[in-house]
Amino acid sequence: MALLELHDVSTYYGSIQALKGISLTVDKGEIVTLIGSNGAGKSTTLRTISGLLRPRSGTVTLEGKDISGKPAHEITALGVAQSPEGRRIFGRLTVRENLEMGAYGRTETDLTADFDRVFELFPRLKERVDQKGGTLSGGEQQMLAIGRALMAKPRILLLDEPSMGLAPILVELIFKIIRDINTQGTTVLLVEQNALVALSVAHRGYVLQTGSIVLADSAKALASNEMVRKAYLGEG
Amino acid sequence: MIALIALGYTLVYGIIELINFAHGDLFMLGTFVSLTVVGAFGFSTLFGASTTTPAVLAIVVALVASVVFCGVLNVAIERIAYRRLRHAPRLAPLISAIGMSFILVNIGQVWKGPSSQGFPTLIPDFDILRDVFGMQTLVQLNFKEIFVVGIAVPLMIGLTLFIRRTKIGKAMRAVAQDREMAGLVGINVDQVISFTFLLGGMLAGAAGLIYGLFNENTVFNLGFSAGLKAFTAAVLGGIGNVTGAMLGGFVLGLIGALTVQYVGARWEQVLVFSVLVIILVFRPLGLLGEEV
Repeated sequence: MALLELHDVSTYYGSIQALKGISLTVDKGEIVTLIGSNGAGKSTTLRTISGLLRPRSGTVTLEGKDISGKPAHEITALGVAQSPEGRRIFGRLTVRENLEMGAYGRTETDLTADFDRVFELFPRLKERVDQKGGTLSGGEQQMLAIGRALMAKPRILLLDEPSMGLAPILVELIFKIIRDINTQGTTVLLVEQNALVALSVAHRGYVLQTGSIVLADSAKALASNEMVRKAYLGEG
Repeated sequence: MIALIALGYTLVYGIIELINFAHGDLFMLGTFVSLTVVGAFGFSTLFGASTTTPAVLAIVVALVASVVFCGVLNVAIERIAYRRLRHAPRLAPLISAIGMSFILVNIGQVWKGPSSQGFPTLIPDFDILRDVFGMQTLVQLNFKEIFVVGIAVPLMIGLTLFIRRTKIGKAMRAVAQDREMAGLVGINVDQVISFTFLLGGMLAGAAGLIYGLFNENTVFNLGFSAGLKAFTAAVLGGIGNVTGAMLGGFVLGLIGALTVQYVGARWEQVLVFSVLVIILVFRPLGLLGEEV
């Protein structure tokens, strides 16, 4: 059984249909990427999975359990954590407090092991642990956003545009860490506009175009697909 | 005391950006509940202490009753009047808040009538410097004033620590900063907002009792002017900012007292609200700016 499955999901903003019957699966242990241009519905897909938007039809299931329409905090408690587009750090909370908030839905009180794990992945955060989140650089904020999501001990990690606004060297670092997180056993659903890097770390990929999935294949096949190369990899 | 009411405004504003106009009237009901409880113990303005119950006991019970009553009522108000409007345009919950304010005022009027209600003297009023230490000085330091400060200051320190240190306090700050993201990290946003209203209401309840003990009277439309002053204090300090609300409360109290002493009592409100206008013109974010 797939860890996460979307079946024929349609989501609307008011009367505008943003997702037109999307179906996709993410298996345990995979990195799956969702690529597509601006406005294709990538973030909407993640927001629907996380419960920030209600699908008007279709179902979202987590290990066979229907989670569509549940409130966001319940979905997080079930093991779906998201690092959203634009990072959304709590700017006036410290780095430590941001991470604590990430584990809010959990019942354990001893989070030492989780802090250690995050600091091991992102040593930079450890140096800045008592600094306010808003004073971090863009790259550090992205690390914090991912770290915060990991604090929930998710079964699946949703990443929305982790490369956005970062220098190429930082993008490389972040994606290396995403691969590390995956090897440590966390399943990842990655949304990216930067298709090239996304396909380089992912196992499989879906191409989204104006609210519909137009292609689904292994990452390798997608990277050599002519249409993908033309539209998203910048080759003429 | 103004600071205590101001805290209620600022907490609620900080978290859902709503000026809870009903807050002052909640405070008024707090004074009424306190009065009723104290009366039930046999204390009344007419007969003085016609009971053997120690005043301290009556005060403690009245405090608990008023705090619980106002806290629960405030949560109910949020459920009934604000929650459904959370995604509506700003104006809708504001009008709903004004409506709640009218309802509470009228409940107060039906409950105790339109006339001013006397509060029995439960705390002795003597000048500590003169009566206890036998000092001959123009400086007055009344026991009553010490009493008010003795309750209000620990409450504020407690609240600040609570918001800084506890898990739910941090969650309140997270919700205030980014409600949607707070949901994404697993915070039950509705619960945290309810809790904020509970806390704000409890503070109003405590302020209600303190007001009654200090001023020894209350009236059904007390909430309007008290609420307005507290709101000014909250704005003065920077609305949404807990420390700012306390600072604003003290500054405003000081301005008021100095005006009464040196300019004349009838000018008090004029000066207090002039300060509001000046602050809004020159420092719209308040003395300390916005930060929860």
